[in-house]
Amino acid sequence: MSGDPVIELSGVSRHYEGARAALDGVTLSVRAGESVAVLGPSGSGKSTLLNLVAGLDRPSAGTVTVAGTRVDRLNEAGSARYRRGTIGMVFQFFNLLDDLTVADNVVLAGELAGVPRAEARRRAAELLEALGIDRHARAHPGRLSGGERQRVAVARALMNRPTLLLADEPTGALDSASGEDVKELFRELHEDGQTILIVTHDLTLAEDCATRTVRMRDGRVESDSAAHAERSEVDA
Amino acid sequence: MSALGRVVRAGVRRHRTQSIAVGLAALVATTCSVLGGSLLVASEAPFDQAFDGQHGAHLTARFDGTRASADQLAATAHAAGVTDAAGPFRTVTVDPEPGPGSTVPAGMVMSPMTVAGRASATGGVDNITIVQGSWPTRPGEVMLGAGYGNPGVPIGGTLRLPGLPGAPTLTVVGLARSVSGTSDAWVTPDGIAALTAPGTTPGYEMLYRFSQSGTADAMAADRAAVAAAAPARALTGAQSWLDAKQGSVRNTAMFLPFMVAFGLLGLAMSVLVAGNVVAGAVGTATRRIGVLKAIGCTPAQVVRAYVAQALVPATVGTLLGVVVGNVLTVPVLATAGNLYGTNASGIAPWVDVAVAGGTPAAVALVAWASAARAGRLRTVDALAVGRTAGGTRRDALASRAAALAARLPLPRPLSLGLAQPFARPARAAGMFAAVLFGTTAVVFAVGMGGTMNWVQEAKSHDASDVFVHPQQPSGPPGQGAPPPRPTAADPAAVTTALTAQPGAAAYYGVGTEDVTVPGVARSTTVTAFTGDSGWAGYRMVSGRWYQGPGEAVAPATFLTEASVGLGDQVTFTTHGREVTVRIVGEVFDPHVQTDELFTDAATYPSGTAPKPEIWFVKLKPGTDRAAYVTALGGALAPVHMAATADAVHSSGDSILALNSLTATLTVLLVAVAGLGVFNTVVLEIRERTRDTGVTKALGMTPAQTVGTVLASVLLTGAAGGVIGLPLGLLLHGRTVPAMGHSAGLNFPADALDVFGTPVLVLLALGGVVIALLGALLPAVRAARARTADALRAE
Repeated sequence: MSGDPVIELSGVSRHYEGARAALDGVTLSVRAGESVAVLGPSGSGKSTLLNLVAGLDRPSAGTVTVAGTRVDRLNEAGSARYRRGTIGMVFQFFNLLDDLTVADNVVLAGELAGVPRAEARRRAAELLEALGIDRHARAHPGRLSGGERQRVAVARALMNRPTLLLADEPTGALDSASGEDVKELFRELHEDGQTILIVTHDLTLAEDCATRTVRMRDGRVESDSAAHAERSEVDA
Repeated sequence: MSALGRVVRAGVRRHRTQSIAVGLAALVATTCSVLGGSLLVASEAPFDQAFDGQHGAHLTARFDGTRASADQLAATAHAAGVTDAAGPFRTVTVDPEPGPGSTVPAGMVMSPMTVAGRASATGGVDNITIVQGSWPTRPGEVMLGAGYGNPGVPIGGTLRLPGLPGAPTLTVVGLARSVSGTSDAWVTPDGIAALTAPGTTPGYEMLYRFSQSGTADAMAADRAAVAAAAPARALTGAQSWLDAKQGSVRNTAMFLPFMVAFGLLGLAMSVLVAGNVVAGAVGTATRRIGVLKAIGCTPAQVVRAYVAQALVPATVGTLLGVVVGNVLTVPVLATAGNLYGTNASGIAPWVDVAVAGGTPAAVALVAWASAARAGRLRTVDALAVGRTAGGTRRDALASRAAALAARLPLPRPLSLGLAQPFARPARAAGMFAAVLFGTTAVVFAVGMGGTMNWVQEAKSHDASDVFVHPQQPSGPPGQGAPPPRPTAADPAAVTTALTAQPGAAAYYGVGTEDVTVPGVARSTTVTAFTGDSGWAGYRMVSGRWYQGPGEAVAPATFLTEASVGLGDQVTFTTHGREVTVRIVGEVFDPHVQTDELFTDAATYPSGTAPKPEIWFVKLKPGTDRAAYVTALGGALAPVHMAATADAVHSSGDSILALNSLTATLTVLLVAVAGLGVFNTVVLEIRERTRDTGVTKALGMTPAQTVGTVLASVLLTGAAGGVIGLPLGLLLHGRTVPAMGHSAGLNFPADALDVFGTPVLVLLALGGVVIALLGALLPAVRAARARTADALRAE
């Protein structure tokens, strides 16, 4: 097992009016340095779980604590500050701002967090170089391939050295070659000690990049490989 | 329902933001169009409209009550050429003064008032419009005409008639307007007896309409026909409707350019706002149009669907707009009617019909153009809208702007917002135009307010501290014999009192008389000043105030009529003598409806100048005005003169009405500009929902999101303000001289120079304020939107 808990969900439920519970009493703990893949079919609640951890949504019941912060208690401004300082997010469709250059997309995250512009630019240049896309720094995202765009999104997510990296179907919109590229990137990030929570349909992504898999169905945790491992240890 | 119908219905319901924006734009455009169109219609020959509406009297004839009976006068209705008649009505002329319940000083001199006894406001000819209050129902009640120089006696106040036995009072029960100007006031027929001086017989008034009345000659013939039909020498006076029309046209002409300017501004803004918003709303649907084409819709079907989708909310907005426009326009037209000296004209039905049909038609046209453009796009390109950027020139412009903004030493949320207008230059241009018109309207309105205040000051030219005038005789109530009317005091006695009383810095007396000037058809009034009148406060258009005997100044009306200019000599004839003066200046005198000359009394041969009847006194600094007035009043009492602390001037109702109208129209146009911004920002935010979600996911706080949205309108607002300022100044600079020209006046540069530097700076910032106010609500809404939902937006 890795370090201290980074994510702690306790009895978390999320109900939407007129619909069945998107999450129903989920309890989950993720420790520093873990790379966790949340798997499940559509409507299983994995995206809702990610939104709650990201502070984009609030639970109807239960508590969400990330890096010691009670995310479920934050107001809008507090959530924004939490996202700047604690997490980085990677989306299926990249969600880059099309009218900004690649470098400016990455720098933006730093600037919003209050990092001086020069320092943010230096950090962005480092990240783009490290991710192998520095040659596109002055290009616009529309000119890049899907894999390259996702690398930019990862660079942006890492800009503020987040405690937790959240990824929502990071290979979902990519061809297989680009998808392999991104998987490799996530493996490297994990090896560097980055705590990662990936929501995905992609079993190979989970197998290649995650040290732990959580399967969800109908808003509940169906299985958790960490619990299985613990049970195996106890059995042994 | 057809498949296309379902697409339209779903489009209206599911794209509520666009639907609401289009509906709101149609509402605003309709409101503005009804208002602007109605103003333009009301400004088209307002006198003729009002005269026709009241079935006005072509001739108002007055008869001697001792020479003709009511029956004989009623028979004149059959005189040659008469098509309609009303009367006879009993008439008397009284000399009222403000009584209890009035807010004006007691003892103040009021103009003689012609009162007619009429049972009701209507009567076939001259159907009087009641502006306020109700028609008199019993003796002792009076309805004042709007044209009478009422110094401010309110409804419920009283007029005292000290010249009549028992000094009766009349309670003012209403205010009415007769476009024909048949009387100053009206009472019930049985109320005339109490207003008739002992030993006198009331006169009669008959009102006629004729088959031929368009020219002075025709009216002279009509008058002769009436005189012939009445008993000999019974006709004592007659007023032609052409005189009333001439006066009204002059009055109207002054305000016409102003009304037209505002009307056109309103129409222009309505077209702009509707066009911009509809084009924007359809533009945001380009991807959906791609989807429709992908599933088999033809371009024509797509266009039909989107025109219908825009028409549904536009029709709702238009219907609401007609209601709101009518509600707002009625009081505006009432004020315009006051300015024109006519009745408030109702909203022309064809304006409502034209606007109700025109707005949806305009919306359909713009929607058709935008949808047709989107429909012509290749389906793959339409589907890719918003997903692939960087390929077009517009994208390149947006990118350059974003890169440039990123370098600015500003918080990043603000610099992000500053670059946004460049991503949608056409939409930004629409918003710019809305702000531009709004700022122009504000600058124009402030300028007009300043100019009208200048006119008011010029009109009252009240530089004096003390006004000396004949004492108003007032016998104690109940005394039988009426006291004598005031007579002009001996000027020497007044001058002696003024000289003896310490505290006066300067004073001058004013006497007037009518003279004839060769080449001038009408009589000319000479105002002769005794003493130093250089400080009197008359505003000069050109040249200077006279400096001594033999010099004179005159308003443009006289200079035009007499065909003379500065430096020319003018000779006028008075009591058989000729007096020659040299014109040294053109004076601004807005209330002059006749020709006037202003000169020193010493210009006249000794002893022939008109005697001064009133005096104006300027006090030395530090002089106690109240004590001075008391002391001077005491000294003047023996010569039947009085002193008051202020010269009594008219309240400038026209100026107040114009200021009120200006304020109303400005607020409306600014609101329209703000709504134009609001609608555009709403669409912009709708289109940028995903980007907003991304920045919020990256940690942008709600306050920063508000900052980004507000910053996105900052440049547009600033540009609109900075360019709207000179445009407003230009409009003001063109309209004021046009107003003067219409009224036969010249405005000096001072009348246009009414903007101080601080005011100009504030007005230049007006565009930014309009833009920020318009964007505030959508900004707050964007800040409150759920980030998770925003990230899912397409």
